[in-house]
Parts: sequence; structure tokens; C-alpha cells
Amino acid sequence: MRLVVNGETLETDAKTLEDLLTEMGKATAKVATSVNETFVPKTARPTKTLDDGDRIEIVAPRQGG
Amino acid sequence: MPTFYGKDIASRLMLGTAQYPSPAILADAFRQSQAGIATVSVRREAGGEQAGQDFWQLIQDLGVAVLPNTAGCHSVREAVTTAQMARELFDTNWIKLEVIGHADTLQPDPFGLVEAAAQLSEDGFEVFPYCTEDLVLCEKLVEVGCRVLMPWGAPIGTGLGLNNIYGLRTLRAHFPDIPLVVDAGLGVPSQAAHAIELGYDAVLLNTAVAKAGDPVAMAKGFALAVEAGALAAAADPMEPRDMAAPSTPVLGKAFL
Repeated sequence: MRLVVNGETLETDAKTLEDLLTEMGKATAKVATSVNETFVPKTARPTKTLDDGDRIEIVAPRQGG
Repeated sequence: MPTFYGKDIASRLMLGTAQYPSPAILADAFRQSQAGIATVSVRREAGGEQAGQDFWQLIQDLGVAVLPNTAGCHSVREAVTTAQMARELFDTNWIKLEVIGHADTLQPDPFGLVEAAAQLSEDGFEVFPYCTEDLVLCEKLVEVGCRVLMPWGAPIGTGLGLNNIYGLRTLRAHFPDIPLVVDAGLGVPSQAAHAIELGYDAVLLNTAVAKAGDPVAMAKGFALAVEAGALAAAADPMEPRDMAAPSTPVLGKAFL
């Protein structure tokens, strides 16, 4: 399956958003997520199934004004 | 001192966390500024990078309230989704709502701003809208649930100060019970003092401190300025007048 993660194409077998984060080593990281521009809370990641072409954003705290 | 959504803040200075020469200088600048609120953002993190965790630890160590922003968002959907991600990351209902309307001036999109503020307020957020000093826009923002207004002084990062003092005064007069913050455009402490003298509850700035040659000294300058402004505002300033009026008594002057 091909996903777009933070703007970059990624080939993966991850079935859920939780699987994807685990695969990326971010399962326990302080990050927030969205799929196709819709927020997915941390608690919903294990049940959020992914489809080919999904656009995923993974964000972390950063400096801001 | 200001109260935002029921939370008392012990400073009239709100300070951004971006563009400092180093994390250590950021921390020193915050200490000298005595700011009670730090603005932060959410951004993508590349690969195995963990910079976000380190930054979050630094902010927690400052011991200040955190106000996440939706900087860089140009649409309502983008801003709302960013706010939702920020709420989970920073564990706060506070959101500095930016819906940018123009790439050159970074001025707010007033139409998108009201729509996003309505959606977020409905969803339990406590919205700090980055807005212009337009009275009608601000009335709409209050109507949809905003209990803080943050009009710009000048475009973000310009350091031009208070571009429309009449407009800022008008907002103060029309919203006596809504906390008002001048957000963006300040360059030097005298401009911050002026905003507080106008009766504003606080100022929010970032570039003026972070990009100063000595950010730590500039942070202290802003801390003193907002304190001076608050003393002046509470001291009932004299009315300006067009013609001179002697301050030294005329009566008793030697007849020479």
C-alpha cells in the first residue's frame, strides 16, 4: 500500500494508523495525527484503518510565535 | 493583570518561542521577560527526529502557560485540524487562532477567522483570535464565542508598532470587559508601553525579542515597558492639548 506521510510517499504494510506509527518508531512519541486532513485522536489510532493513497500528517511540538 | 478564560496571568507580556539564536537564549529571554504565556506551534518532524520532545521539555521547564497557534494556516479546515492536533499535543483548550488571508501581509482572513472561531468555540476551545482592529469583525468574533481579542499592531514581523491607534482605541471603548491583546507588529518596548497605556491588557510578540542583537536584554526592556504602561494607564493620564500651557507658575515672576 502506498501512503503519503508528511508529504512524502511511503510503501507500507501498516493496516492501521497505530501500525504506521509503530513502524516509524513513533508509537510512544509526543505527536498528533491527521488522516486526509481530519484529526485522528491518539485513542482512535488503533482502529483507524488506512487505505491506499491516504494522506497522513504526523506533527510534534515546535517553536511558534 | 489579565485574566484569560478564567485563568489569571501574572504578566502583561506574552512571548513567542521561535527564531532565538539558541534554546539557552530562549530560556534566558523568557526569564528576563517575566512573560506568563509562551506561544508554540505544531510542525512535521522528519524521520527519527526527536526535536519536538526536547523543545517541549524546555517549554515545560519555563513554568509558563502554553498557547498553541495555528500559524501558517490559510483555510478554515486547516486551522481547525491544526487546533485539534495542538489540543491533544499540549493538553490545553487554548488556541491562538490564525487564518491567514494574504501571503504578503500575513493579515488575517476575517471571513475564515469567524467561521473557524465558531467551529472551535462550539468544540470546546478557548479561542484567542489573531485579528485586525476592525470593530465589526471583532463583534462577530465575540458573537461566536471569543472572550479574548488579539488585534494586530502591524503585520507580523515588521516591527512597525501600532499602525492604527484610532482603531485600537475604538476596540477598547467598545469591549470594556473583553481582554484585549496587541498581537504582532511590535518592534521596540516603547510600542508595547503605548499599547498598555491605551488600556490593552497585554501584548504578544516574538520577533522583536528573538531577532534583537541581544534578545535577553530586549526581553527585559519589554518587561519594564509593559509595567510602565500599566502604571501610566492606572494613573489617569492627562488629556493632550494643542496649545502650550506653562507648567511653571506665572504669578510671582520677577518684573524685569
